[in-house]
Amino acid sequence: MMYNIRLKISHHYDQPAAYGRQLIRVLPKSIPGRQHLTTNILEISPAPYGKSESTDFFNNTVVTSVHMEPHTDLEISLKCHVSVTPAPPPSDLSPSLEALRADWQRARDLGPASPLHFLGPTARLTPDAEITAFAHYAVSPTASVTDNVIRLGEALHAAMTFDSEATTVDTDASEAFRLRRGVCQDFAHIMILGLHALGVPAGYVSGYLRTLPPEGAEKLEGVDAMHAWVKAWCGVAQGWVEYDPTNRTLIGADHIVVGYGREYNDVAPIRGRLRSSGGQSSRQAVDVAIVDQAPRS
Amino acid sequence: MTPKADIQDAQEALRRHYLAQVTHGAAHSDEMLDPDGAFRPVWDRFAAHLAGLTPDGLAARFARGDQYLRDAGVLYRQYDETLSSERQWPLSHIPVLLGEAEWQQISAGLIERADLLEYVLRDFYGANELVASGQLPGTLLSQNPAWLRPMIGAHRTGAPLLNSVSFEIGRGPDGKWWVLSDLIEAPSTAGFAIENRVATSRVFPNFFRAANVHRLAGFFQTFQDRLHALRGRDAGEIALLSPGPMNQHYAEHAYLARYMGLLLVEGDDLIVRDGQVMVRTVAGTRPVRLIWSRLPSAMLDPLELNPHSMLGTPGLVQAVRDGTLGMVNTLGAGVLETRALMAFLPKIARQRLGRGLALSNIATWWCGQDAQRDHVLSHASTMMVGPAFSTKSLMADPTTVSLGGADNADVRDQISQHLLTAGHMLVGQEAVTLSTTPVFENGAFVPRPMSIRISLGRTADGWAVMPGGYARISAGRDATALAMQQGGKVADVWVTSDAPVATPSLLSHTSDSRAPSQAILPSRAADNLFWLGRYVERSEQNMRIFRAYFARKAEEAEQEDALHDFIRVRLLQDSDPDANTIAERFSQPLGLGLQAASRISDRFSPDGMMALRSLVTSARDLAARTVPPDDIPAEVSGLLRQITGFAGLVHENMYHHDGWRFLSLGVSLERAANMSDLLAVCFDADAPLGALNLALEVGDSTVSHRARYLLWSSPASVADLLGLDPDNPRSIRYHISRAKDHIAHLPQDRADHTLSDVARRVLVAETALRTIDAAQVSPAFLAPLKHDIWAISDALTASHLV
Repeated sequence: MMYNIRLKISHHYDQPAAYGRQLIRVLPKSIPGRQHLTTNILEISPAPYGKSESTDFFNNTVVTSVHMEPHTDLEISLKCHVSVTPAPPPSDLSPSLEALRADWQRARDLGPASPLHFLGPTARLTPDAEITAFAHYAVSPTASVTDNVIRLGEALHAAMTFDSEATTVDTDASEAFRLRRGVCQDFAHIMILGLHALGVPAGYVSGYLRTLPPEGAEKLEGVDAMHAWVKAWCGVAQGWVEYDPTNRTLIGADHIVVGYGREYNDVAPIRGRLRSSGGQSSRQAVDVAIVDQAPRS
Repeated sequence: MTPKADIQDAQEALRRHYLAQVTHGAAHSDEMLDPDGAFRPVWDRFAAHLAGLTPDGLAARFARGDQYLRDAGVLYRQYDETLSSERQWPLSHIPVLLGEAEWQQISAGLIERADLLEYVLRDFYGANELVASGQLPGTLLSQNPAWLRPMIGAHRTGAPLLNSVSFEIGRGPDGKWWVLSDLIEAPSTAGFAIENRVATSRVFPNFFRAANVHRLAGFFQTFQDRLHALRGRDAGEIALLSPGPMNQHYAEHAYLARYMGLLLVEGDDLIVRDGQVMVRTVAGTRPVRLIWSRLPSAMLDPLELNPHSMLGTPGLVQAVRDGTLGMVNTLGAGVLETRALMAFLPKIARQRLGRGLALSNIATWWCGQDAQRDHVLSHASTMMVGPAFSTKSLMADPTTVSLGGADNADVRDQISQHLLTAGHMLVGQEAVTLSTTPVFENGAFVPRPMSIRISLGRTADGWAVMPGGYARISAGRDATALAMQQGGKVADVWVTSDAPVATPSLLSHTSDSRAPSQAILPSRAADNLFWLGRYVERSEQNMRIFRAYFARKAEEAEQEDALHDFIRVRLLQDSDPDANTIAERFSQPLGLGLQAASRISDRFSPDGMMALRSLVTSARDLAARTVPPDDIPAEVSGLLRQITGFAGLVHENMYHHDGWRFLSLGVSLERAANMSDLLAVCFDADAPLGALNLALEVGDSTVSHRARYLLWSSPASVADLLGLDPDNPRSIRYHISRAKDHIAHLPQDRADHTLSDVARRVLVAETALRTIDAAQVSPAFLAPLKHDIWAISDALTASHLV
């Protein structure tokens, strides 16, 4: 199915900011057999002094923009079309939790999809005793890894309340877990920490979520801004499985991937630094609509 | 002259006394004495020289070395984040002596190791064959914060990734040398080897000249050549990037930049434009081609590396990847410092060289593998355990503990437990015992454990090794390597030859390609010089007001009461009349001035820094003490003499380049504005009798006034002398004209004939002062003038200082 995605990020600086440089990660990935970015227009206002596109270590698309003149407002808007092929429900080929460690310990590959990158700790994700205990309580040692990923995701979903006021983009996972509240970023960070504690390689996925649910289905949480979920490595045979703990679901055709990373910092929509002393504020608006409902055959 | 036989006796006494101190029983070696207790041949003559000196003679020599270090401003900062915590360089005046033959062996071993590290580093950021072939566990990279993913695959040319490495080595009980730490990123303190050398050679001038000690300057010369070769033919700066004055080693960075002719910058001085790193200077931006970084790589770019770094430059990583910016050591080279890597380097070396390293590191076991962890556990009594991913040198890492030394069984149990659950985060290392070397303490020579730090620099013909210069000496007797963490002293290392040695000097080494980087003034440095000028001037004015206030208080004359109150209310902003509170008004700006000066110590003479530091100390002392009011004027006069001395030092000794102009502009604008304020207050209709004389006194012009005018001051005579006189260095006009002159000489980007904003403003102010009649100078003229002068300062900041 084809999606029409519209994103607008507005940034305001209290003091005029001179010389700004931003790394922007908002363009959906093209993943063979799963999703394909057809057209896209990324507009930055005021018009940047320089703009270029590159790929980072995890193969995410990065747009670099540079501003030389002082400005108080920065707006980034994206319009794009992405076609998504719904994946068939995965059959479970994963080993038990205990056997998984031996699987990744044999890995000798350091390419971007290697599980070795996703064992933690990272700058923001350091082990937390409470989350570790929660993860161990949620899973069954005899069940398969894939099954346990779902068990942990469901337990987390049940324990947490979605609350966009309780945390900020800088809140760490331990704090959000202590509050049992947060947004998709917090859900994803906590789940990654839980999976690390179980010895399961796990990473952070940023992306978009279909705004209006299919007829008869419930509206999803997190549709008003960019979304985040989790990928977990379930052994050599199964590979990576993606799970959305905010919406208690495995990833299907409603999720569109922008970036893969170890944590939020790897895939933050905007990373920037300005020569400015004052405060700043930011707003995001997202709309993900179906363009054509291809007839099902 | 001591007779020869007496010297022999004294030398024997020295030997016996020293030998008695050398630890017996525990296996351990000494630098000066061989295992049989006899002087090693390389020490014999030096020991005789030492033995021939009286304790007083030695003390006088040591003082000479210390004096040199103080004069040269060789300091290091303790980690307490205040600028007043600079300490004298802790030199142990007795050098460590090593023979040339032994040195050759050490050098060859370290060169081999440096080449191995280059190979390993290229693999880490390239093909990853070491992991693919199983020679290194992948998690040692993938979980390693020092392995910088943005740099993977970035090295497309064959250019070397490492050009400057250092090693800390120590001698074990069997006399064999071991590498204790690989120091790749910002190896600290090797830059002060030169200063160790100069100071130590002043302690033993005659002996040093005759001792055939290999000189250090040649090493820096070849390294300087290397930097210029790396920069290439393109115009552009070679910059030494420092974390700034709050860093422990900032004085060393400033020293190295000065010695090697590099531009000292901080991350905030740099921007990236059109893919090119530029330094912001008072004359606009200029390209930087090569950076010698003294920061951990992860701090260099908040966009692609540590997002919280305030020390870096956004876009720098991209410039390195694009090849527009060269790094002396590639970004991410710090991964080589990873402690756990030492467990695998010997095997990697065998695989690559077909034999072991000539100079290996201390035995290390990564506890992420069961067999290695079990070895550490079963040999706990001889093990140090520390973080696997630590990139701190063994002696600077407080998280490393000695299992054998852990006096408390609980700690040992905890660590053993930790080894079982999180072994992959830990390494065990053999607790080595270091050799000892003599230091002079409490009137006698005693043995203290030591290690040697050696720098290597790449040249066109391979690695050059700095011949000696730097040893660390432990404060206590504990000879385990870990005890070095508790600090101690630093000593020179003399590598002596049987034949005379070449004596190069960087000073005589000149080349057309070498533009003196010090001539380029970064905007940040100019800003600090400007504020140094302003703060010192502000402090002086407030000292004069303070003195005038207490001089009148002391007199306790009835008729002075009105004036006394007037000073407090109008000139001291209604301060509490207590002396300590009022003294804050000059001690505080002086402290700020010292902070500004500390940020630019590479551009400021050590004498100037010392004068300023002692001025701050005296001012703070006065502000903190309880002084009888009668004594205050005399005390402040002492301070004023010191501040005048400082100003004289700056004016007489500072080279008249752009930096001096900004300092001088700070003084002039501050003094002109403060004088406008003082006159506006004293000319006020409500001002009491004596206010005019007060203005003359604070303006230090009482004597000039007497010489030029009638005995009695009138508003017109005071306005003329302190406001309009072009020749009185206390007048507003004098300083506005001087500021105008400086501004005319500042570098400008303008091509057209129009005046810049700052030039226009200073011309308007000068014209007003030249055209007004002294009788017309009133508060109504002076108050707006003060604001106009501050507007000149703001315009200057906008045009040159941000």
